[in-house]
Amino acid sequence: MSDIKPVIKMDAPAPEGLEGEGFFATKLSSVIGLARSYSLWPLPFATSCCGIEYMAFLNPTYDGSRFGMERNSFSPRHADMLMVCGTISKKLGPVLQQVYTQMAEPRWVVAVGACASSGGIFDTYSVLQGIDKIIPVDVYVPGCPPRPEQIIEGVMQVQALAQSESIRRRDMPQYQALLESYGIK
Amino acid sequence: MTNEFVLEAINREFPESVLHHSEPYGMLTLEIKKEDIKKVIHHLKISSLEFSFLTDICGVHHPENKEKELCVVYHLQNMKENIRLRLKAFTTRENSEFETLTDLFAGANWMERETFDFYGIKFKGHPDLRVILNSPDLGYHPMLKEYRLEDGTRTDKDDKMFGR
Repeated sequence: MSDIKPVIKMDAPAPEGLEGEGFFATKLSSVIGLARSYSLWPLPFATSCCGIEYMAFLNPTYDGSRFGMERNSFSPRHADMLMVCGTISKKLGPVLQQVYTQMAEPRWVVAVGACASSGGIFDTYSVLQGIDKIIPVDVYVPGCPPRPEQIIEGVMQVQALAQSESIRRRDMPQYQALLESYGIK
Repeated sequence: MTNEFVLEAINREFPESVLHHSEPYGMLTLEIKKEDIKKVIHHLKISSLEFSFLTDICGVHHPENKEKELCVVYHLQNMKENIRLRLKAFTTRENSEFETLTDLFAGANWMERETFDFYGIKFKGHPDLRVILNSPDLGYHPMLKEYRLEDGTRTDKDDKMFGR
């Protein structure tokens, strides 16, 4: 869709700043980025087996909470990160798009699993061939279903995005053009 | 109650209606004239045969047979005797309108909507014949065999790899 390929560093060091004994000073935007990345509120949109893996990811064994996503938001208006876990049928497509539209900026979308990413094995008349047909997606997690570790990787990618992107991503012309192309306003 | 008994009872009541009968896997299967199907099912329900439960309605598409291109299959059950019955009615593509069973069985409502949704078979007298499972703007009846099973919008599949 576009040539923008952000380089995401998983082991990114602390942002540039002044450091001394007992203090660290940096740009406000970096601080906000850090703060956002460690308090992502996920909105689980779970329709099938990937949803089960997502539940495992939240369980103490894998402990999604340690990434600052303690609270699953079941209202799109409070959520930052839409986790689409599972097959989305064409009939469900408009519902998903409305959920996305109701989320406030900043918002990220994670397509968890093969079905959400591309339709997966369901190459058939009734299944949406990837949620990126109707909403923009930030991170794709492959797998059928992905293991909880892979979902953790996906969440960490979103954290890296939150830290490295402009905190006013919504004002970028590319971003607005992208939303425009999906007919979302 | 046996299959022979049911067959004989139907043949006696409707001598012209049964075109063909068989017993695949022990289940009595009758091919009924399309015009008589409602009459027959009504009789099966209210008579002492007591086929009081409509298990399923579904469609079949036989594109190779123009005379019998579309088929509606009715499954009935007598709960007391635990006996099942399958009725089939064939029709051409142009003439694919059946009489509704919603006034006999309330459960026929959604089954007929499903049959309409997937095969485009209409049911005369149905109170609300809309698509039920597919998205309303799909615009075609996907189980008809002239349509591909696969979704045409898929871009990441190499036809060579997937045997198409």
